Amino acid sequence: MMLRYLHEWGSPPVFYQRAGRWQRVLWTLAALLILAGLWGGLVLAPADYEQGQVYRIIYIHVPAAWVAMFAYVVMAVTGAIGLIWRLKVAEVITSAGARTGASFTILALATGAIWGQPTWGTWWVWDARLTSVLVLLFLYLGFIALENAIEDRRNAARACAILALVGLVNIPIIHFSVYWWNTLHQGPTVARLSAPAIHITMLVPLLLMALGSMLFYAGALLSWGRALMLERERSSRWAAREAGV
Amino acid sequence: MEAIQEFFSMGGRGVYVWSAYAVFAGVIVFNVLAPLLRRRQALRLVARQQRRRETLAERTGAASGRVPD
Amino acid sequence: MHPQRKRRLYGVLFIVIGVGIATALTMTAFRENLLFFFSPSQIAAGEAPVERTFRAGGLVVEDSVRREQDSTEVSFELTDGAHSVRVFYDGILPDLFREGQGIVAMGQLGQDGVFRASQVLAKHDENYMPPEVAEALKAAGKMPQHEMKQYQTDGYSRENDSDYESGYRQ
Repeated sequence: MMLRYLHEWGSPPVFYQRAGRWQRVLWTLAALLILAGLWGGLVLAPADYEQGQVYRIIYIHVPAAWVAMFAYVVMAVTGAIGLIWRLKVAEVITSAGARTGASFTILALATGAIWGQPTWGTWWVWDARLTSVLVLLFLYLGFIALENAIEDRRNAARACAILALVGLVNIPIIHFSVYWWNTLHQGPTVARLSAPAIHITMLVPLLLMALGSMLFYAGALLSWGRALMLERERSSRWAAREAGV
Repeated sequence: MEAIQEFFSMGGRGVYVWSAYAVFAGVIVFNVLAPLLRRRQALRLVARQQRRRETLAERTGAASGRVPD
Repeated sequence: MHPQRKRRLYGVLFIVIGVGIATALTMTAFRENLLFFFSPSQIAAGEAPVERTFRAGGLVVEDSVRREQDSTEVSFELTDGAHSVRVFYDGILPDLFREGQGIVAMGQLGQDGVFRASQVLAKHDENYMPPEVAEALKAAGKMPQHEMKQYQTDGYSRENDSDYESGYRQ
């Protein structure tokens, strides 16, 4: 039963329809969580003892960075599935993930710069954490550029999947960079072995924003996936049916 | 009124805080609109392609149907 | 599994593991001199190069900050708990610069053993809490201390855990 349901996702028209339904559900939940998180983070949470109000950028910056990294792992995994099983849906999702992932990486870098200027005293510093996240952005952009450079869709998907897998090594580097090198960026507040080093009133909105951003990303992935799937299947009968002809 | 002003000033760091939130809003809007527009464009492309195929089929169908006398 | 798919799966694993090992090796080779970072102890031991740009990090020693009148010139002692070095800087300091705060200074070490910084950046820690909680923790003597460790060694193996945060976690 379950297996059959999953198997059906592999069919392009089924994917197109189900993704449309799931996208709406995911985005509704994401909107509720993000609104609650914004209220909690901007209104209810107190100021920080050291940074004052500026620390509220954390509610955007940290979820954006998590999504940027998570999206890359998903892209590499679906890329591998596409390489091994030659599944069209996996190839489309891989390419859809590059777009959402790149936009969240830009968000993490931009909010980091905006936060760094008043607290550290600089917009940018060539520190291991910041540099490895910049590399992540280049990996996403390289993926999109490579895909556009190769005419044949299937060849493009294979080349891009290999690039995604090679770049996977960067993800643990990003996470551990603050331990391995002397960085200006501080260590993890939440994603560490001991309990989070953040007061509960500040932690709850952060987790709401993080979960909301994750769900928004998942919905965006499906939304991009539908568009790219339709483009790839433009000569098929189901596409014509969807177009209403 | 003062409370609202205080909220937006963010302890004098309002420019930084609100510009970060503005970038966030931008990324959300991008991920909502860009795939939607791209899918609509694809749907128009599919419809155009299909119509062209149908007229082509009609014309060739008419040509083959014509009996020389 | 289908033999062809199995072969492709091994291909994927080969890429991920191969790139991982290659990166790990490169990083171990470069780790020492990639960032040109020296602690006050290393500077005291003469390990840091003279008149070449590098970064120095540590905590600003309490009561060591001296400001020149009518200028932005400032000097202070930078320590890692074991040794300290005097730093000169002419410029605008970030918001979070204060005594006892962790900072990273970029600049050159002179023949006289004084570090002349061209940039001073404030480092903040990963702890976030409301001011009232910070006051209460300070009063109880449970305030998270800046970890000296991260400035003492050559950068890595910073301890992950310490039990001081437990004070305000409940």
